[in-house]
Amino acid sequence: MNALISTAVFGIFLMISGLFIKSKQAIRILAISGVVAAFVLNIIDFRQYGASATELFHGMLSVTNFGLLFIEIILGCVLVYFLLSGKDLANIGHYTGEYFALIFFILCGVVLAATYGNMLMLFLSIEIMSIPQYILAGSDKHNLKSHEASLKYFLMGAFSTGFLLMGIALLYGATGSFDITTMNLAGRPIDAMALAGIILIAFALAFKVSAAPFHFWTPDVYDGAPTVVTSFISTIVKVGGFVAFIRLFHIAFGSPDVDKHWLLVLSIITAATLIIGNVTAVFQQSVKRMLAYSSISQAGFMLFAVIAMNVLSWQGILLYAAAYSLATIGCFAILMKMKDYTYDGYNGLAQKQPLLALMNTIFLFSLVGIPATAGFLAKYFVLSAAVEKGGLLWLVILAVCCAAISAFYYFRLIWAMYFKAGDCQVEEHAITPAFKSVLALTALLVIILGVWPGLILAWI
Amino acid sequence: MPIQNYIWLSIALFSIGVIGVLIRRNAIVIFMCIELMLNAVNLLLVAFSKYHHDASAQIFVFFIMVVAAAEVSVGLAIIVMVYRHTKSVDVNILNRLKN
Repeated sequence: MNALISTAVFGIFLMISGLFIKSKQAIRILAISGVVAAFVLNIIDFRQYGASATELFHGMLSVTNFGLLFIEIILGCVLVYFLLSGKDLANIGHYTGEYFALIFFILCGVVLAATYGNMLMLFLSIEIMSIPQYILAGSDKHNLKSHEASLKYFLMGAFSTGFLLMGIALLYGATGSFDITTMNLAGRPIDAMALAGIILIAFALAFKVSAAPFHFWTPDVYDGAPTVVTSFISTIVKVGGFVAFIRLFHIAFGSPDVDKHWLLVLSIITAATLIIGNVTAVFQQSVKRMLAYSSISQAGFMLFAVIAMNVLSWQGILLYAAAYSLATIGCFAILMKMKDYTYDGYNGLAQKQPLLALMNTIFLFSLVGIPATAGFLAKYFVLSAAVEKGGLLWLVILAVCCAAISAFYYFRLIWAMYFKAGDCQVEEHAITPAFKSVLALTALLVIILGVWPGLILAWI
Repeated sequence: MPIQNYIWLSIALFSIGVIGVLIRRNAIVIFMCIELMLNAVNLLLVAFSKYHHDASAQIFVFFIMVVAAAEVSVGLAIIVMVYRHTKSVDVNILNRLKN
């Protein structure tokens, strides 16, 4: 488990180095090299583990090549995030080392989420992901909105942790085990206590991935937090929550006589997430808030991978994690360069910064799911997983309709950039050739994944 | 004592915590109610641990305590930060973000 150790050690190292290294540039380069190191170490790890689970630390972790591939995707996305937005992250406040250290601690939680084999590790991974986020959301100490986002996030997050723990305790009472593989719910009538446990855990995890009706904190927190932090918590941490979700429900509660009890509940949550996320996003005036609602609606699509439970859904969540994270990180990176966050602030961007407008269009195409972008294939995989599962056709039709609604608010931004005359204000000095080239590479990656998903899926 | 008594006691404590979070407006009190929820879980885990003759739940309780302590340190810092700006710990101020 090189990834786990390297992210944790690097987090502590960066925290201490913040004391001695005053140069923001140096800390940023240190952090980027840390991600690269973790990326390489994880590739070395990758060869040692196969498709069947390897138990580590007395069953606390169960490592599969799916988990390691997921970690690899996440580390790749974080690398893109650091390259695109690292400067903005360093400039939130005075404590540059700490911001990067907190990101590494969150990564450590995501690694645990992709490899846990025990409920204790599930709880720890969710908490390690959450607690640094509360701090990061409030890191802009001069902005009252950031404080409010932080407090709201903290109270809601701690509240949902209570539900997660109650669910785990009830499930333990019913089964006598914390191990997700030997929990053994199948093959006997399921009692009320186990059922209550499963439903409470489902609610708590839905809370963490901001699925409706537990999404109410999301727009406010994403809007209030510094944009560079929103970019991170709406992508990396959200897909990290999803991998915890999908692994728990497939491995522990996946057998056919157990899943009939929770399938309907999660289907309704999925439907509500799709409808609420997409319909509310239409009415937003601020692009930042629109992206917050867009992250809710994309969570609705990722929930399909949880309820479908077959090979396609595992592949789908990997592709979705990559496609959604890359496109959203790109959109936010461009948003951070704008002075006005409303749709009107984008008016005429195509004349002023043609490359930025083009890249933003590719990212938005991917989020809508236009063919030949990664977003299309990701949506195709999760929806066809649901079709293959059977009995979920109504949900698939609803999802396709919602994808059509989503085109409205994404295309509105493209419309503003290309077809509306205006004088948009961008921070010219921040748009360096390096930024542009990384952005172009990210957009290229989105298109490559859209025509050649084997880049990721060949490894599983 | 039968296990049911412990389960009902825990569920009662947990519900008090949930209701407290939902109806109280003071951030500190909400925080205390969340702690009540966590401690209801701790009680339940210890009872189940005895019931199943399995010590792993007691270890779990220690982890919950440690994580709760970490959460308290972060949470109180956030509440203090908000208080310095607004001179209030009333969560109704959070509604300002809505528009």
